[in-house]
Amino acid sequence: MSARGTPPLLSVRNLVVEFTTRYGPVRAVDDVTFDVYPNETIGIVGESGCGKTVTGLSLLRLIPSPPGRIVQGEILLQGQNLATLPEQKMQALRGDEISMIFQEPMTALNPVLTVGTQMVDVLRRHRKLTRRQAKAEAIEMLAKVGIPVPDKRIDEYPHEMSGGMRQRVMIAMALSCNPKLLIADEPTTALDVTTQAQVLEQILKLQDEFHMAVILITHDLGVVAETCRRALVMYCGEIIEHADIESLFETPHHPYSRGLLDSIPRLRETKLPELPVIPGMVPDLLHLPPGCRFADRCGRVTDECRRQRPKLETITATEASVACFHPLN
Amino acid sequence: MSEPLLKVTNLEKHFPVRGGLFHRVQAHVRAVDGVSFELLRERTLGLVGESGCGKSTLGRTVLRLTEPTGGDVQLNGKSLIGLSRDALKARRRDMQIIYQDPYASLSPRRLVGDTIREPLDVHRIGTPAERRKKVEDLLDIVGLRKQVLSRYPHEFSGGQRQRIGIARALALNPSFIVADEPVSALDVSVQSQVLNVIARLQREHGISFLFISHDLAVIQHVSDDVGVMYLGKLFEFASSTDLYREPKHPYTRALMSAIPVPDVRRKSKRIILGGDVPSPMNPPGGCPFHPRCPEAMPQCRDVVPVKVNTGTSAKPHYVRCHLYSDS
Repeated sequence: MSARGTPPLLSVRNLVVEFTTRYGPVRAVDDVTFDVYPNETIGIVGESGCGKTVTGLSLLRLIPSPPGRIVQGEILLQGQNLATLPEQKMQALRGDEISMIFQEPMTALNPVLTVGTQMVDVLRRHRKLTRRQAKAEAIEMLAKVGIPVPDKRIDEYPHEMSGGMRQRVMIAMALSCNPKLLIADEPTTALDVTTQAQVLEQILKLQDEFHMAVILITHDLGVVAETCRRALVMYCGEIIEHADIESLFETPHHPYSRGLLDSIPRLRETKLPELPVIPGMVPDLLHLPPGCRFADRCGRVTDECRRQRPKLETITATEASVACFHPLN
Repeated sequence: MSEPLLKVTNLEKHFPVRGGLFHRVQAHVRAVDGVSFELLRERTLGLVGESGCGKSTLGRTVLRLTEPTGGDVQLNGKSLIGLSRDALKARRRDMQIIYQDPYASLSPRRLVGDTIREPLDVHRIGTPAERRKKVEDLLDIVGLRKQVLSRYPHEFSGGQRQRIGIARALALNPSFIVADEPVSALDVSVQSQVLNVIARLQREHGISFLFISHDLAVIQHVSDDVGVMYLGKLFEFASSTDLYREPKHPYTRALMSAIPVPDVRRKSKRIILGGDVPSPMNPPGGCPFHPRCPEAMPQCRDVVPVKVNTGTSAKPHYVRCHLYSDS
């Protein structure tokens, strides 16, 4: 959708991810297509169960298999299709070309090894450094992510650190091999607001320094507005809107995007008597309606919406794409 | 002005920390450290702060679910401190709690109908038929259908479970409910539905809430008065209108500016605090916020700031900060 001039770093084409369950196959990601350009930050937003995390994990082929499986589609990293890459090559690529950080830094770090040991492992594996070189490099990385006295803290165990510190260690580790793409899955959701502000600022600063692209997966539209240039909105496994953030936040096209924006409690001059709500709830992925998946909760629904599934189509005036028969604006 | 429904005076909860060879008490975590406030009838007090600031402990201590180590709590003019088990149980009819995690706070083996009816059974209220009727009324209030009664919690989404938790808390017609992060585990579209239920209870049923949350925007939506807590102390306390229009304490201001705003035009300057919340076991001397405070002065390091009223006596605005003096 973008006239950026440069070829995309990552192209995801018609990605479908299914999970086998007792009740039948569930499509967690359904025909998802998007591009990521070098050095940009792109957001993937949506509520729990919309498929945003599975999308992120499948880019690195980290979905547990079985029960999960990439059924269809291509994940092209500079022309190389990761969906069909042998596992051994994939392993060399993880952490090296693409890194990922997760919501809960405590479970992502090994509790019985010091932070230093874990960082040195990564560096030695990918960059063929001696132990001493790797340790020096690790200390430098910790300093870059804003950890005070890094030469002392490198010998601490994860439990000796606060949540914000642990997330910084995760970031330091993820960036230690200078990846081209960082996938950040709810990186600040477990943190307090003041710590969240610190960590987000750090990620953006490092993005500039390391010239990498960032895919930021989050449920928090506020975080997207403050960090991304454009964003994908997901609902029930599909992308329902894809737009620059100015367009998404000021003139959203999909009724779901509009509803989400309206229902966020935000600081206001005067408080509202009632918060606007999206009625009903997300449908069960096992029993999806044949037409638009948002139809039952939508104020603009027509018969067409119930019969047919809208495709993601570009709205020429704004360059945004939306999957809706009756878009707003 | 009428008598407050809830009056908390100098409430303290210090947890002993044991360790060493003889398992002696080595220090105390001052989770709640001298908190005083009043909550008027049919009003909601929002309590905001970051994790570890003591806001949940305060909520539990007010209900004596955690035994306070000092201070007094009066509900309807009568103290809850020192009451016997039975006397306390009788008072509990008037005060209830809603928990954060709707997945953990409902018994998975019990039918939803039984869960909601349990408080009526425990307090032996009404005949079985009256209890059944009451449960159905409660479902109506929180916006659930009758069919849910014979189902189990796992069949429901987070938002519905939270409604079930609210119905249970309402069973005894309490005048006061502590809501401890009741919407934090919910998705935004569901969060606003549950917040509206709570706002309606307050408006139509005259229930007072102590509403605990880490989210200043959520707090603004439901509260009449707001208290900001840091390391066991109330740093600022004012009416919601005053606090949001003119936050005084540097910590409150930093907290407000740190909220990511879903508005692409706002590129306002953000106050980024350095460091983390210090350990409550070993809080810094003077003002406990001084190591992170962008406006710290030399005296902040040594002198503990006292509570001052920067508002009027009719509309108080309390702050605990050396930048301010009594007006």
